[in-house]
Amino acid sequence: MTWVNAIVQGILLGGLYALFATGLSLGFGVMRLVNLAHGDLAILAAFIALSSATTLDINPLVTLAIVLPGAFVVGVVLQRLVFDRVVGVDPAFAIVATFGLSIVIQNALLEKYTADTRGLYVGELETSSIRVNDQISIGWLPLITFLCGVGVLAALALFLKRTKLGRAFRATSDDPEAARLMGIDNRRVYGVALGIAVATVALAGVLLGAQTSYDPFIGPSRLIYAFEAVIIGGLGSLWGTLAGGITLGVAQALGREYNSQWGELTGHAVFLAVLATRPTGMFGKVQA
Amino acid sequence: MSNQSERLLDIDGLDAGYGDFQALFGIELHVDQAETVSMIGANGAGKSTLLKAIAGMLEPTAGEIRYAGELLAGVPANRRVANGISLVPEGRRIFPSLSVEENLLVGAHIGRKGPWTKQRVMGAFPMLANLAGRSAARLSGGEQQTLAIGRALMANPQLLLLDEVSLGLAPVVVKQVYEAVPIIKGQGTTILIVEQDVNQALKVADRVYCLLEGRISLTGTPGSLAKEDVTEAYFGLASTTEAGA
Repeated sequence: MTWVNAIVQGILLGGLYALFATGLSLGFGVMRLVNLAHGDLAILAAFIALSSATTLDINPLVTLAIVLPGAFVVGVVLQRLVFDRVVGVDPAFAIVATFGLSIVIQNALLEKYTADTRGLYVGELETSSIRVNDQISIGWLPLITFLCGVGVLAALALFLKRTKLGRAFRATSDDPEAARLMGIDNRRVYGVALGIAVATVALAGVLLGAQTSYDPFIGPSRLIYAFEAVIIGGLGSLWGTLAGGITLGVAQALGREYNSQWGELTGHAVFLAVLATRPTGMFGKVQA
Repeated sequence: MSNQSERLLDIDGLDAGYGDFQALFGIELHVDQAETVSMIGANGAGKSTLLKAIAGMLEPTAGEIRYAGELLAGVPANRRVANGISLVPEGRRIFPSLSVEENLLVGAHIGRKGPWTKQRVMGAFPMLANLAGRSAARLSGGEQQTLAIGRALMANPQLLLLDEVSLGLAPVVVKQVYEAVPIIKGQGTTILIVEQDVNQALKVADRVYCLLEGRISLTGTPGSLAKEDVTEAYFGLASTTEAGA
């Protein structure tokens, strides 16, 4: 039964990984941007939530009302000021630019908040859980995180499928030049895409901060999980990202159940196995 | 030149190219309101480069392009669509992950008003109505070409640029695709066609330009051009041929 519990916890953890990975997947899908600062943006959001919660004396989860719109704006501005100059020019430039941004964020956070480990205290929610039986209990916070992940993915899928702007996203992803010939302003599409990407990863960062401790330099290690979730699920597939996140979460939880040292190892091993046997991932579309 | 009011497109001394490679040299060309003009020329003559410059996908190195009296320099491609210039690009460039219907809807992205709606386009090209829900990636070449034309019409262009619509299609399919031209013309749309297929290009055009190695080598109405002159202007066989319009 402890194995069943491990699987349940792994699935819930997978929701967080998927939430981390959604923006990465969107950025890559729409503008072929590999954003190495993605994880740092999450941690930045967690710190801003911490400051806002302390200053305003409110629950860190309530600060999401400020943090999420703020993150969207940050994404749009980043696109205009930084990525617009490098996207579509040369993939190497874009990677270097995001790498630079990652370093800037980490050091700015270090300057402001020191290297101390922090956490977001969300009150009773942190420890309360649903007891299914003696072996299995589901924490409210991981459950909420998982539901947020599924909700965000569902909303995004609906947006891409049903709205005019979503169609423009998909057209731009297929062929940015042809999309411009349809009158689509690809810079605007990229701006909104990065805004959504940063907002989703900010949500992930705040939920992460509520579940575990963090410091200014933890971003890149979170980015690895997000990358693995995207690759396992298949590049460009939103629901694949959820499947990838869950696969990674379950692999880690089962590894940890077997030997407490093994969690990360089994996660990476599963990732490598998928990469070796099915490089396009579980739901990856084969490039034409 | 006279009749400024009727002139929709006016190109003067246009040079364009890619990096160090110059593809067009001093192009002089005009297209009047409601005219259908064909630009013929061999592979590599610079025909597609010209259309790219008009559509805004390529910034010319010298010269002027005027559209409806306004200079187009610096106007980005997506804004030119809003001004009424639509290009059906070479190689069709339909959106493969979108359905046929979605491709048409993306074509109407800017919401320019005019005679063409999804219903009208599907009415004019019943093939598209029958395939509406199908993934555009699963269409045949001719179906994709028709979709690319329909998609461009959804933007209700005043000036429609058709780039090599016959490329890679069987003659019978080319004929079908070209049946669209009179329908489009019937809505008062001005058309500039770039084509390697001389017969097809002459058949639908009011006026013809021939492009040879980046320069205009011949111009006239289809009826006034002798076959030998066209051949000469197309292939540049006679060594005495002087470039110029």
